[in-house]
Amino acid sequence: MEDVKGSDGLGDTELRLGLPGTSTATRSAKRALPEGDEESHDELRRTSATKAQVVGWPPIRSYRKNSFPARKVEAEAEAAAGLYVKVSMDGAPFLRKIDLSVYKGYKELREGLDNMFKCFSFGELSRREGGSGSEYAITYEDKDGDLMLVGDVPWEMFISSCKRLRIMKGSEARGLESRH
Amino acid sequence: MREERSDMSEDEDGGGGVEQKERWGSSHGGGCCGSAKSRGGVWTDPPPPFSDQVLENVLENVLQFLVCRRDRNAASLVCRSWYRAEAQSRGELFIGNCYAVSPRRATDRFHRVRSVVLKGKPRFADFSLVPLGWGAHFSPWASAMAAAYPWLERICLKRMSIADDDLSLLAFSFPFFKDLTLICCDGFGTPGLAVIAEKCRHLRVLDLIEAYLEEEEEDEVVDWISKFPQTTTSLETLGFDCVDSAVNFEALEALVARSPALRQLRVNHHVTVDQLFRLMVRAPQLTHLGTGSFGPPAALAPQGDVMEHEADLVSAFAASSFAEITADELKPVIHHCHNLQKFWVLDTVRDEGLQAVAATCKDLRELRVFPLNATEDSEGFVSDVGLAAISEGCRRLRSILYFCQQMTNKAVITMSKNCQELVVFRLCIMGRHLPDHHTKEPMDEGFGAIVMNCKKLTRLAVSGLLTDKAFGYIGKYGKSIRTLSVAFAGDSDVGLRYVLEGCPKLQKLEIRDSPFGDPALLSGIHQYYNMRFLWMNSCKLSIRGCKDVAQRLPRLVVEVIRDRPEADEETVEKLYMYRSLAGPRNDAPPFVKIL
Repeated sequence: MEDVKGSDGLGDTELRLGLPGTSTATRSAKRALPEGDEESHDELRRTSATKAQVVGWPPIRSYRKNSFPARKVEAEAEAAAGLYVKVSMDGAPFLRKIDLSVYKGYKELREGLDNMFKCFSFGELSRREGGSGSEYAITYEDKDGDLMLVGDVPWEMFISSCKRLRIMKGSEARGLESRH
Repeated sequence: MREERSDMSEDEDGGGGVEQKERWGSSHGGGCCGSAKSRGGVWTDPPPPFSDQVLENVLENVLQFLVCRRDRNAASLVCRSWYRAEAQSRGELFIGNCYAVSPRRATDRFHRVRSVVLKGKPRFADFSLVPLGWGAHFSPWASAMAAAYPWLERICLKRMSIADDDLSLLAFSFPFFKDLTLICCDGFGTPGLAVIAEKCRHLRVLDLIEAYLEEEEEDEVVDWISKFPQTTTSLETLGFDCVDSAVNFEALEALVARSPALRQLRVNHHVTVDQLFRLMVRAPQLTHLGTGSFGPPAALAPQGDVMEHEADLVSAFAASSFAEITADELKPVIHHCHNLQKFWVLDTVRDEGLQAVAATCKDLRELRVFPLNATEDSEGFVSDVGLAAISEGCRRLRSILYFCQQMTNKAVITMSKNCQELVVFRLCIMGRHLPDHHTKEPMDEGFGAIVMNCKKLTRLAVSGLLTDKAFGYIGKYGKSIRTLSVAFAGDSDVGLRYVLEGCPKLQKLEIRDSPFGDPALLSGIHQYYNMRFLWMNSCKLSIRGCKDVAQRLPRLVVEVIRDRPEADEETVEKLYMYRSLAGPRNDAPPFVKIL
């Protein structure tokens, strides 16, 4: 469902029924979920590890979500192997955590971060031409503790060395760019 | 007796209702009759001015005893004399929406306020639906109060943006300051806490509930716990479970040791179980103990005496909702808790755990069951079974918040019949549009039964697959409902109309992702001045409809929030509207358009 975004960019908040990956997007969903086939339905739920979550649903305060200890429940044993890193954004009051292992590459990572922080107009980044003059840049802290600009090294190398992500103001990041 | 302020919900403490109601719609403010001419015609001439003053003084002394703000609001409308007397004797100022009135106007009217309660952002801000920087700044209020209320003792803020400077201003402006409670606030950090600790020598309560502190680097974190006066303190409540940075434990232990009045303590996740034990030893008089997270069992040192006390600890934490307790761990403990009234727990206890609660806690008043995994497709640990069990066992239940993945109408109907005392019913079926798990029908009948049978219901949150029929029930039977939360529900405009036309006491309405459009919005014109606010996001509203409302109701502030600049101009993605005497605010950020 991640790649299906409404033309007005509000894909995440659109109501929709149907299997993940299809584009049956209806604004008002009245029909009950497919009957009887509960087993396959449960399977559907488990297969989409990267199913786009709707912002603010279920309605639990972020504080509560983040403060639960990182103990994995049996059903999510596979996810326990995930690469969780903290993501901070300059000016945002609290951090998020993302699992790098669910992303295939930089593009998906950017989209994922865009979804997460869209309230903070991070979307500007990919919309401006060529990325120059963009408001924010994604940086990360590597194993040595250095602050690096995301995107320079191959994806596999990146996820193995990335310890923490930081979305910083474009003006600060430019200093990094010019050094390369 | 001080009220539980942990949620500050107006429904649960019974003190809810309309805040200061000036004359909405009339051309002049103030009271009605000028001179004391009674209806019975006892006096034919206006009495000499001297007796007016006497009357007011007497009245003030009598009105002192009126505590409930709804009663005070009513009293203030009797006549100008009563208005003045009430204004002079009001000790607690409650502002349900910080933008409904200007700080100046509030301080001009009420001169002898000792306690202020102020609420800011709409509740959906908790779920990341309100962009950062939207508003609800405490600064203008802090300045106004610093000038007007030197005797101020208590401040309680909910969803406000507070700067460290504001806290500093408080600390320096109010020499008698005693209680500070901050719920879901943001913008401040440890420097602010340090000033409060250091300067407020009479501090009784410092309670931070789910506040989002500013992120601070290691070297920026201030050791605020050490700043409390070294003498015996008057601290009764100290809660800082939401503070992310570690506190100086030695200082904390010493503080607890010299705070003989301490009854409630909530520490953050940096405090280990061992340390907690040490604190308990220091403060045996504690009645409330909690922590932000329960460390994994590996952290428990395998020492004899620690293990013995584990049962005590678990019983203390069971109420904090953050411990991942299983049914087996819960049962031996809950078995003893016959007097338990308030229970917040994770769904890891499962239906079985809830059944144990139902078997023992006959006096339970408030239950909250939170999901371990707050995602739509997570495995549900509790279900209709747990809900039905609770309803059978806990007949005095007043307030319930229940997150689950499957529910049936039958269980909800059962609860509606068994729990006649219900004031707050919030059911969140996490999967969107999920029908009754057994019958596959919409959840209309279940929620319908709740509004029909629970005559005292004032707060309702609905979920699951719902048609307009459910709203029909709410409109028809929900005559006492003040707060309604709707998400992913309804078929058409008719649904919202039912509610707006049928619920006369409606104060707060928050809706998301439901197919309600302009016609529905317009059907509530008669109601909006009676309400505190309406929030709608991801519905079917357009600019035209919202402008229409704004034009017809001049005292309503209609905010359209557009945090995605490329979205089309016509659609209204997020609407927040509220009655206000202050007019459009001047601190609106660029993404807010006030119509």
